[in-house]
Parts: sequence; C-alpha cells; structure tokens
Amino acid sequence: MTVLRKVLFALALPVVLFAGWFWLSDGSESFYSPPLRTILTAFADTWQPERLRADVAPSLLRLLAGYLLAVVIGIGLGMAVGLNRRLRAVLEPVLEFFRAIPPPVLVPVIMLFAGIGDGMKVIVIVFGCVWPILLNTVEGVRATDSVVLDTARAYGVTGPARLTRVILPSASPQIAAGLRQALSIAIILMVISEMFASSNGLGFTIVQFQRSFAIPEMWSGIILLGLLGFTLSLLFRLAERRALRWYEGLRAARRRAG
Amino acid sequence: MTSARRGNPVLLGLAGLAGLLLIVELLPRLGLVNERFLPPTSRIVAALADEVSTAAFWRSLGDTLYAWALGLVLAVLAGVLAGLVIGSVPVLRELTASTVEFLRPIPSVALIPLAVLLYGTELGSTLLLICYAAFWQVLIQVLYGVADVDPVAEETARSFRFSSWGRVRHVLWPTALPYVFTGVRLAASVALVLAITAELVIGAPGLGKEIATAQNSDAVATMYALIVVTGALGVVINLLTRTGERRLLAWHQSVRGEVAT
Amino acid sequence: MLEVKGLRKVYSSGSREVEALRDLTFTVDNGDLVCLVGPSGCGKTTLLRCVSGLLTPTSGEVRLGGSPVTGPPPGMAVVFQEYGRSLFPWMSVRANVELPLKQKKVARARRKELVESSLDAVGLTGTADAYPWQLSGGMQQRVAIARAVAYEPETLLMDEPFAAVDAQTRADLEDLVRALWQRLKVTVLFVTHDIDEAVYLGRRVVMLSSSPTVVQDELVVDLPAERDQLHTRADPKFIELRTRVYEQIQLAKKTVQK
Repeated sequence: MTVLRKVLFALALPVVLFAGWFWLSDGSESFYSPPLRTILTAFADTWQPERLRADVAPSLLRLLAGYLLAVVIGIGLGMAVGLNRRLRAVLEPVLEFFRAIPPPVLVPVIMLFAGIGDGMKVIVIVFGCVWPILLNTVEGVRATDSVVLDTARAYGVTGPARLTRVILPSASPQIAAGLRQALSIAIILMVISEMFASSNGLGFTIVQFQRSFAIPEMWSGIILLGLLGFTLSLLFRLAERRALRWYEGLRAARRRAG
Repeated sequence: MTSARRGNPVLLGLAGLAGLLLIVELLPRLGLVNERFLPPTSRIVAALADEVSTAAFWRSLGDTLYAWALGLVLAVLAGVLAGLVIGSVPVLRELTASTVEFLRPIPSVALIPLAVLLYGTELGSTLLLICYAAFWQVLIQVLYGVADVDPVAEETARSFRFSSWGRVRHVLWPTALPYVFTGVRLAASVALVLAITAELVIGAPGLGKEIATAQNSDAVATMYALIVVTGALGVVINLLTRTGERRLLAWHQSVRGEVAT
Repeated sequence: MLEVKGLRKVYSSGSREVEALRDLTFTVDNGDLVCLVGPSGCGKTTLLRCVSGLLTPTSGEVRLGGSPVTGPPPGMAVVFQEYGRSLFPWMSVRANVELPLKQKKVARARRKELVESSLDAVGLTGTADAYPWQLSGGMQQRVAIARAVAYEPETLLMDEPFAAVDAQTRADLEDLVRALWQRLKVTVLFVTHDIDEAVYLGRRVVMLSSSPTVVQDELVVDLPAERDQLHTRADPKFIELRTRVYEQIQLAKKTVQK
C-alpha cells in the first residue's frame, strides 16, 4: 500500500508534465518548440547505436578519465596538504583562488598548451574538478577527531594503515561532498570543451544541430544530456549511500541521542 | 598564540601567493614553458594595468556583474517562493520530489543551444543559464530548511490556532532562514560561473566575451589578466557571501538564544 | 614496573605558560591496580597522556619496564573516556578490535581467536558485526575494553573510562575491570575523579593535588581481594578509606586557594 502510494506520488507529476508538454506542443507551428512527438521521433532517429559509439562514447570516456584523474590527484594532494599545518597555511589562499576561477575559462588556456585533442578535454576536466575535491579533502583531514588520532597512535596504527583505515574514512563524508560538486563540474566541462573545439562528442553534436537549425534533433540532444546528468548523479548517490552507510547511521544515532 | 612557533598563517598564506607569482614569472623566463603559452607575471600584470585603464574593461565588468546580480536575484526569489510553498504543503513535497531530483542534475550548459536560439547573444541568454543553475541551489536549501522545522514548534503554533500565514511567518521562515542564506551563498558562486560561461561560449557581453576575444586575437597576456580578474571576482563573492552569512546567522542565533532563555 | 619520576608539563601558547603538572613521582608495580584520583581539572588526563607516550613531558620521565617512554610503547593499551570518539564509527565492532592486532602482525587465526575471546570476556558475544554506534554507551565502552584486552597488553591505562555512563552500567563495568585484572594479571593504572570508584577498584590509591599537580598522598587499600558492590561499599573499612581520601582531596583543594 505505502509502496504503491510512493510509486504513484513519484510518477504522478512527471507523467502530468510529460503529457502536458505532449498535448500542448502537439500541432505546434513554432519553429523553436516543435511538437514533443517530433522531438521523440528525432530522439529515436538521432541516437542510433552508431551515433552513440561515435559521439556519446568519446564524451563519456573523456569525462571518466578526467574525473578519475581529478579524484586521485585531489584526494592525494588533499591528504598531504591536510596533514601538514604549515603547507596548508601556505597553499590555502592559492587553492581558494584556483577554486574561485570559473572552470570554463580554463578551456582557452589549456587549448594553448594541449591543442584541441582529447588530451586538452581531459586536462580541462581534471583542472576544473580537482579544486573542490582537494579543498574538501583538506578540510576533512584537518577535522579528524583528536581522540581518533590518539587512539590510532596508542594502538600502534601508524604508516599506511593510519592513512587508509583512519584518516581517509574519517574524512570521507567531507570528501564525498567534494566529489559530488566535482561531478557536476565535470559534466559542464565535458560539454563546454566540446562546444569550443571538437570534431565529435555530445557538446559538439548539439551545437552542430543548433547551428544547422535542426531543432528537434537539438532538443533531443538536450534531453539526452539531461538524462546523462540525472543518471550519473543517481549512480553517484547509490555509491555514496553504500560507502557512507556508517555515517548516515552514526548521524541518525546522534540525532536520537541529542 | 602558537603562531610564534608555527608561523603566522596570514604571512604564510601571503608567502604562498608570492611563491605562485614568482613561479609564473620564472617558468617562462627560464624557458621551461613557452612564453607564448604562459607569459611571465610581470607581463600579465602589465596587461592587467592596460586593461584597467580602458573603458571597455569596466563596461564588460559591469555587464558581467549586472547579469550576475539580476540572475541571482531572480533565482533567489523564485527558489525561496517555490521552496516555501512546496515545503510547507506535505502533499506538494511528495508530488514534486521525483521531478526536482530529475531536473536538478541536468547540466545547465545543456540549455546553451536553446538560449542561443531564443535570445542570441543578448543578456537573456546569460540570465536563462544563471537562473536555471542558481534556482536549484536555493530551492534545495529552502526545502531542507522547511523540513528542519521543529515539530514541537509547529504543534505549538497549531495549538494556539495560528493562521497559515502566521505559521509561515513565525515558525517556518525563521527556521528556514539559515538555509536560505546557505542557498544564496551557493547560488552566488554558481551564478558567476554561469555568467562567465555564457559570455565565453555564447558571446554575450561581459568579461567572458573579452576572454574569448583575447584568445582569438592571440593576446595571451591579456587573456591571463582577465582570467585573474574572474578568479578575484570569485574570491570576493565567496568572501562577501561567507561573511554576510556569518553575520546574519550570528544575529539569528542571538535572537533565538534570547527567545530560548 | 611503571615508574613516573619528577614529571612536569608546561603548556605554552605564545607568551602565556600554564603549568599543568608540577612534580609527579610514583610507581606502579607489575600486576598492581593503582587508581589515580584528584579534584576535577587537576591534570589527570595530561598525566595519562604523558604516561601513554602520546604527549612529551616538559621534564622528568616515564619508564616502563626500565626503558624510557618516548612514544606509545608496544605492551600498553589505553581505554579513553570518550568511547564514542575512540571507537572508529566506520568499522564494525570486530574490525575495531582487530585493527591494532593487524598492525601488530598477529596471524589471522590468532586474531580471530583473540577478537572472539575478548568480546566474550566483556560480555558482548555476538555483537561483532554491529557498528559501535548501534550499541548503547555502556556497550560501546565494553567494546573499547575488549579492544584493549585483545591487544594483550602488560599495562592497561584507563582514563576516566566510566565518567560518561549511567550509574548502573558503571557498577557493572567496575566489576568487569576487577575481574579482568584478576584473570589477566595485567598492570592497571586507572584514572578517575570518583573517590568511591578509586577505593572500590584499587589495590592502591594515589591522590593528586589541584593543578599544578603534585602527589598529595598514597594509600594501600587493604580490603579483601574479592569485592562486590553491595558488601564492600558497606564495609566500615571501605568507609574509613574513602573518608581519608576525601579529606586529602579537600585539603588539596584548600592548599591551592592560599
């Protein structure tokens, strides 16, 4: 009963909106907002497996490569900076400055160094994503509970085990917040870098449709990007919930106690 | 203070910034990086000085700030209003949850082609992107805030037969306020990113467009100078919203403290 | 044997100096159970952190089995007051108890045995897979004790371990500590601010003055080795001892005020 109710509530508005769009746009003569029926037909025609392979796969691969590199670099450097008080004091303003630069302006800079190939796009994504991960890691590491650190020392938990079993998990909720921010930046940069200079990819294709006034196809591209953003954030949330199950439980336990 | 032994964090931070400037000066001078890709600090500073003396620079800065502020205000108004309405009616919250979760992660840059078709290179393009991106930041925070309302306070208000408006005014709004500020702070930085992005990619007037122009005309030092300006703008916005949030929340806490005692 | 000689600890921050410990000298014989008791704020925790090697004293020294303590020594386990922060919330009870053993390179089979027997010993059979925050406060402190017991220490330091649990649980845990001490023949140094607890638990009680701390007095608790909450606490001898300790602590407070 409650499950049914939940499903009903979750689906009701999307169905209404979709039906409303479909119905209102049906027979639309407007050049810019073609009937949803046309857009859906265009979607099916446009995003054939061949196109997915040629345009969507490269985008996703660049996104994945850039994001993963940023994760490794961000967490690694963040741990180093977070564990060293002096280094942190020296670097914090510099890092804050880099984080404050709107990531898309990196595209023209990195084009100078790395041309317009895949390398450029991956570097752009790394450069844009790394700051929130890095700064959140620094913050998380810095906030490690002093009793936790004392306990680890007293029981001889030192060296690599101290990093991987104590400090990293303790900072992980904060790191996850940085990873989530970085994911949306990564998607934005994937699209922007392809809009700037590319011969394939989702961003490139959508801009091509717009420039050639293939409006239904353009709309279908926007919808595909939306679906992509939604799916990636859903996957992230699932992974996060799994990895931080202990944190949710701890918080719930504290709320009950408090 | 421990600063005597461990070094003053402000001085160390300044040393870090000085170090960055020095590295950028030395890398091209020593030939480690091609000067055409990364001009030395001194050339960037000179370019910045040139820019600052032109009227065009200030006009662009003004355009960017105008788009940023207008987009932010619109997004905050829409976000707060929608958040309070949706948040205070349980059925609405349940009905919209899935839609919000679906629409929120859609990257705002997906709307770039649409914005271009609708508004071309006008201000409207920039505003559409800013509003879309910033709206969700505010909405989500307001929803959190409304959900955070203490059930006891809510029941007290009900038992004293507060009107709906009274409940919103005296229970809902004060609880949600700190979250609204957080939303505004997040939205402010997102709005700047989108303002610059729209100008850069679409060519709407502003600093972003100037960066694109500098890139196209191979004025590399000018391009770096403008990027530094956008970064500084970001830092200033962060600092202002953070201090503003702290001030207003301190006020809020003290008021709550008074009520509580 | 644990020897503390002329221990002094001065905290300095900028030009301000705070003398927490002035001059502490006492010894704990192998297999003894010594309670340190003192008025609140008398630097008990500072002392314990110096003894456990987590804090470097300003002057004086701590020796364990003849060799000076410069960092956490291998044969020593610590039970902290803040059990909620000392147990790692991202690990199950089992992993919490097992991590120090892994660091000691104890073989897997032996680790399993130690984890199980120590959880049995503290009365927590069958909770190995729970997370610490799923347990009550008293049970969490039992996990912390199990972790210490599994470590097979020669010396066990306990820093006001029962200050944050309710009275009923506290009595149970006191008896648990007595029982474990008798069975495992470890040397125990137990810090508390509770005079009754010190007299009930200890074979010797060392009384500390207010900060800056010196040893105020020492006494041997000549109560029978078999103690229980009901009869021991009603024993005239117990009342006489606790009165003496109480008087000394009051005296210590007055001396400082002059």
